[in-house]
Amino acid sequence: MAILTIINAKDGQANKASLEAASYASAMAKAAGAESVAVVAGPLNGDGGLGAAGVTKVLHHADALADEGQTARLATAAAAATGATAVVMSHDHTGQAVAPRVAVRLGAGLVSGVTALPEGGTVRRNVFSGKATADVEVLTDQAVYTVTPNAFGVTTDGATAAVEAFSAEVGEARIRVTEPASAGDDGMVPLPEAELVVSAGRGLKGPEHWGIVEDLAKALGATTACSRPVSDIGWRPHHEHVGQTGITIRPNLYIAAGISGAIQHLAGVNQSKVIVVINTDPEAPFFKAADYGIVGDAFDVLPKLTAAVQALGD
Amino acid sequence: MKILVCISQAPDTTSRIAFKDGNTAFDESGVQFIVNPYDEWYALVRAIELKEAGGGSVTTLTVGGASCDPVIRKALAIGADDAVRIDTEPVDSMQVARLIASYAEGKGYDLVLFGKETIDHNGSVVPAMVAEMLDLPFVALATSLEVNGGTATLKREVAGGEETVEANLPMCLSAAKGMAEQRIPNMRGIMSARTKPLAVEAAGDAALGSKVKVFSLPPAKGDCKLIPAEQAEELIRLLREEAKVI
Repeated sequence: MAILTIINAKDGQANKASLEAASYASAMAKAAGAESVAVVAGPLNGDGGLGAAGVTKVLHHADALADEGQTARLATAAAAATGATAVVMSHDHTGQAVAPRVAVRLGAGLVSGVTALPEGGTVRRNVFSGKATADVEVLTDQAVYTVTPNAFGVTTDGATAAVEAFSAEVGEARIRVTEPASAGDDGMVPLPEAELVVSAGRGLKGPEHWGIVEDLAKALGATTACSRPVSDIGWRPHHEHVGQTGITIRPNLYIAAGISGAIQHLAGVNQSKVIVVINTDPEAPFFKAADYGIVGDAFDVLPKLTAAVQALGD
Repeated sequence: MKILVCISQAPDTTSRIAFKDGNTAFDESGVQFIVNPYDEWYALVRAIELKEAGGGSVTTLTVGGASCDPVIRKALAIGADDAVRIDTEPVDSMQVARLIASYAEGKGYDLVLFGKETIDHNGSVVPAMVAEMLDLPFVALATSLEVNGGTATLKREVAGGEETVEANLPMCLSAAKGMAEQRIPNMRGIMSARTKPLAVEAAGDAALGSKVKVFSLPPAKGDCKLIPAEQAEELIRLLREEAKVI
């Protein structure tokens, strides 16, 4: 019996979201007396860091797979080979394309975006854009879970995992990447995975003023984000837009400067563990959702915060 | 080009979220329903743009009860040609995917479009399920779509950025921000929507994969702790020592 995690590796290492999923699966395996097995395609250094997350065996497909449909076939074969009772994956960009296909191939119920381990026959996920939670029961023998990024901590107390070559009939790639992302050039953690986020809105008055936002983000090791109006008028790129129609994030710390806190924005950030709001308007609705607030001008406050963070490191 | 756009209704973003029947069902009383924004602003509008540029047809497909008809009429007012509603109350993503796939199977759609997720259940799994059931190429979180002959060129969100991918038609995708701009229906659209076909089909058998046992509301948020602007650095101390997040 096994719990299987589908891994995304980059530069030979499982990425953070995948390590969270593997840690989740390992905790499930421990509770069930099952083996925690991972499956990964493409280059891998050693065990890719998966042993530390509690995985004891890694099934390794040497060739990288371009099409998530192929990854789903590989994972389905791995689930059959290991007798997996549950298949786990991060609810990240790739997980949203792979896990549903695996669920269909296995005929298994899928619960996406879970935030806690299964307990008493149900598993918890957020619904209504974080305004409520649902405890969901899987009605099939096998289950597929996708784990919300940054909801479940990475465990690091495991031993090295055994790596076994694994191959399966994965079919042809039917999507072709013609222009890979130039992502990661700025060195920032991608927003859905970020633990610390510094965000700003129209209160910054223009794209030329974003330096003070980037300075604070850099000092904290945080990722930058923005509100919808700011990405709509082109001050910042679309992929920085957090909110109802942009990206939903769940960092440990979300600092919002010059954002009033419209309900559509809150829907994308209200699962943050700690929210800090900086706004000149004491009546800004965002203060009602905040843990800490500063009524003041971002142009004064942000540089002070940056200096205070830098002073911590000295 | 023959395009199918799957749309669902969702409670307006400003709705008060409450539950009934022992917290097992969403309380719809007083709730204003809208077309799920990702389905409408991105998937539907792009489908209509492609039809306007190259001809063809846009059909919307909804799994839901008669209460969905007003939002389906809105989709027709924006510019869809006709609509189909599969008449059942959806319970689970696997059930909905099975109903969509069994409707679309064999009808020759070149594109099957979805929004990336609904704003009530936030599942973002039905699109890829349908792709697998129909054995179609699938691109998740697409932010642009161009079609040239039998080839689709798309940009999609990946960790930290976007990449460009190609796939042959027919294909399936889920649409994210950037795909199109929201359209407001004009009076002519609203008038013509009243007479456009809205077919209601009985739901066939579709097994559930999961079921919500109970909903709950999160505990109320505590008060916001205000720090004077002139002592902004105090915030950093609190974040480190009290909240322990940095």
